[in-house]
Amino acid sequence: MRSGSPRDLADARPGPVFTVTLDGRDIEAVPGRTVAAALWSAGVTSWRTTRTGGAPRGIFCGIGVCYDCLVTVNDRPNQRACLVLLHPGDAIRTQDGTGHDD
Amino acid sequence: MTDRPHLAVIGAGPAGLAATVAAAAHGVRVTLIDSAARAGGQFYRQPAAELNARRPQALHHQWRTWERLRDSLARYVEAGHATHLTDHHVWFVERRLNRGARAADESGPRDSFTVHVLVGPAQEDPVEVRADAVLLATGGYEKVLPFPGWTLPGVLTAGGAQAMLKGSLAVPGRTAVVAGTGPLLLPVANGLAAAGVDVAALVESADPKAFLRRTRALAAQPGKVAEGAQYAAQLLGHRIKLLTRHTVVEAHGDERLEAVTVAALDTDGQVRPGTERRLVCDTLAVGHGLLPHTDLAETLGCRLEGLSVHVDDEQRTDVPGVWAAGETTGIGGAELALAEGHIAGRSAAARLTGVVPDPREWATAAKSRTGLREFFAALDTVYAPPACWTDLVTDDTVVCRCEEVTGGAIREAVAGLGAGDVRTVKLLTRAGMGWCQGRMCGPAVAGLAGCELTPSRRPFARPVPLGVLARAGAAEDDEHQ
Amino acid sequence: MVGAACALYAARAGLDVVIVDRGPVSGGTTGAGEGNLLVSDKEPGPELDLALLSARLWTHLAEDLGEFIEYEAKGGLVVASTPGGLTALERFAGEQRTAGVVAEPVDAEALYDLEPRLAPGLPGGVHYPQDRQVMPALAAAHLVRVSGARLFTGRTVTAVLRKADGTVQGVRTAPGDILAPTVINAAGTWGGELAALAGVTLPVLPRRGFVLVTEPLPRLIHHKVYAADYVADVASDSAALQTSPVVEGTAAGPVLIGASRERVGFDREFSLPVVRALAAGATRLFPFLADVRAMRSYLGFRPYLPDHLPAIGPDPRAPGLVHACGHEGAGIGLATGTGHLIAQLLGGKTPDLDMAPFRPDRFQDDDEEAE
Repeated sequence: MRSGSPRDLADARPGPVFTVTLDGRDIEAVPGRTVAAALWSAGVTSWRTTRTGGAPRGIFCGIGVCYDCLVTVNDRPNQRACLVLLHPGDAIRTQDGTGHDD
Repeated sequence: MTDRPHLAVIGAGPAGLAATVAAAAHGVRVTLIDSAARAGGQFYRQPAAELNARRPQALHHQWRTWERLRDSLARYVEAGHATHLTDHHVWFVERRLNRGARAADESGPRDSFTVHVLVGPAQEDPVEVRADAVLLATGGYEKVLPFPGWTLPGVLTAGGAQAMLKGSLAVPGRTAVVAGTGPLLLPVANGLAAAGVDVAALVESADPKAFLRRTRALAAQPGKVAEGAQYAAQLLGHRIKLLTRHTVVEAHGDERLEAVTVAALDTDGQVRPGTERRLVCDTLAVGHGLLPHTDLAETLGCRLEGLSVHVDDEQRTDVPGVWAAGETTGIGGAELALAEGHIAGRSAAARLTGVVPDPREWATAAKSRTGLREFFAALDTVYAPPACWTDLVTDDTVVCRCEEVTGGAIREAVAGLGAGDVRTVKLLTRAGMGWCQGRMCGPAVAGLAGCELTPSRRPFARPVPLGVLARAGAAEDDEHQ
Repeated sequence: MVGAACALYAARAGLDVVIVDRGPVSGGTTGAGEGNLLVSDKEPGPELDLALLSARLWTHLAEDLGEFIEYEAKGGLVVASTPGGLTALERFAGEQRTAGVVAEPVDAEALYDLEPRLAPGLPGGVHYPQDRQVMPALAAAHLVRVSGARLFTGRTVTAVLRKADGTVQGVRTAPGDILAPTVINAAGTWGGELAALAGVTLPVLPRRGFVLVTEPLPRLIHHKVYAADYVADVASDSAALQTSPVVEGTAAGPVLIGASRERVGFDREFSLPVVRALAAGATRLFPFLADVRAMRSYLGFRPYLPDHLPAIGPDPRAPGLVHACGHEGAGIGLATGTGHLIAQLLGGKTPDLDMAPFRPDRFQDDDEEAE
């Protein structure tokens, strides 16, 4: 059986979407989604650049083991986007380098 | 009324759940400690509650088994025999030798354990859970061998794609290639397809003929064979092209993945020149097998065999008071984890209440355990990454993702500076010194250095704030002054 | 490191050098150190003289190798926590100055210019611009490479071969004997074991130390910073746990936190109480570290001899055997001077320092007295 989307497949009926910001710009988030999932849904696949090479990174292992998906949420750097649940008004920021404003 | 002995079970996947239920049913108070918001681990990962998924079983296999476990856990929690601590990230398990303990007295616990945990949305706040014994059901994680372009956004692990799907009901993109080697690739490909992703191909490096060489061991588990056949049928139903004896040689893209090049392998596992072809995709879900999490066990002093925690027939490690079950004792899937967890829980309950257990009481689980271990040992010989994978790693290919250490830097450390083991390569290149502490790059570094992958010692299973570390265990030490 | 330096300077002196290690390059204490090249923590005496000589030699080596070994001329800052401690520290610095150490007193205000993130309320300290840092495992590996010596790793010495007249003629290993008229014992914490293979005693014992490593950070700590009580700990004979905070950044980003000393033999088990003390000490010095994450911890065994001075030089009890070990927590820094002196001795030159305090057989007299 194929569905249009995973939400259809699981017959999910989450509450109303809310707004969070990514680098100051508004994006919509479905309740219950992690930062990574919300960013994917918004078409964003990378939210950090590496310390030495400045290369873009997003999710890799998806389960909190690889620490590739680090992002700044509400001024706290180095949060694993694949683990952190979003709440209304959360501010997500792309991070570079060590995440501590090098 | 005497207090029930207290068992801390770490990990709420199939092994941890089975252990909790078995132990709670037999006279032990259990605290189940898990880092996720809901029980289930990886195999039974549930969508977040706020998603209000009415048909989560559409994403799962063996749903009824999960329902039984979930409901049993709820009953024991309700009855006060079990506590389930969610969003609890264990960074250290401390064994405290009982003051005044004398020679072995089998009638009760002598040591005690403190489980050091980080809680909170940023995992910053300390919690300590004391218990008479611990049961490690810490699971496993994916092994991925590097190839050019694997660090592009859009490339993720097969298990990661599945976790995002099951937990967040999210998919990474529109067109996916699922690649690597291992039984996990099948349900991942099917799952993505069922969720609306166009899965262009399943690229598996194993040789189907290798299955034929192991038919006897494989056929001994008809249930697993049927499961495999079911996956294969679904693959057909979704019209996913299955390319066996193929591998991804490169992932292409500028800021994110745009396509992959796959090629056929000959019988020696080398790339057959001229067979390269380009598959357009925005997602590559890749995996080359699983590795056990063993940090907590190793720091406790548990002996490892190879990369897994050693256990006896009762799932006891060689450290008194420490049991282990599931992937941590050897990769073998959810059903094996259930059997091991059950035995571990029964054994812990017996031993902690001063009873010598009768193994006949878990004979079914033991039989299942034996058969499944053999099955997965056979599978291990079938599912192999391509023999040529180190050749595919160019000098520019990033091998350690965290510290951006390239294949060239690693080769230089080996050839130019004489490094011959993973730790020395780490010291000389920084490969394995980043946030993930070598979990992802360990196998690749070992392969490039031409040596065995040996388990790393990681006293901190998670990065821990120094402020928390500065107080960890101090209160309990003061009590004992 | 000491062995690598001996190989380098011996090779430069024209000798044909073979290095043998039962483990990998930097596999011993070198791979578990912080990479300190310090003059700040040494009182006037032979060790300080060796440190000053070594510092000059490291500066030369850094001209070619500096970028490969994360060499940083960052300087050290020793911080007092009380006015009484500051007075003692300044007195100590005065003595060091007479021996040639550059030691600049730092008052309370200047302290925070040098290290803005130090805990408030500290009375002052002393700045030692001559202190340096390297990444020790890299440094040893590069010294070995540059030496051009033949390197045999994973090869255990099972005997030191001696002729009938007692002179040393090489070592035995499983794949075969390696013959040489000079054998240098640079086995660090295992130097006593190697000496025993040659039939002589060298009472090297292990002193365990833990290091904490944080997540990568921008440059927030500019010097090697430590509390004034570190010096007393180094000189102490106490077997019990001693910790005093030592904190520094690295070129790669993480902050390293030490330092602990215990006599527990070769116990490799992780100790939460020790690491807790290190974290507590570091966060007392630098409160911002409370929110910084520790990623890993490692331990090493410093080789120490009863008088806290290394054994450097030929062993009269086994002609041809030369010792270069027992540098305790200063092996990285003192390696170059040690290697240089050994090369001078092997070449029949007058060494740049009086070698009497480092005589490897100086404990023999103690043994005889004890009988």
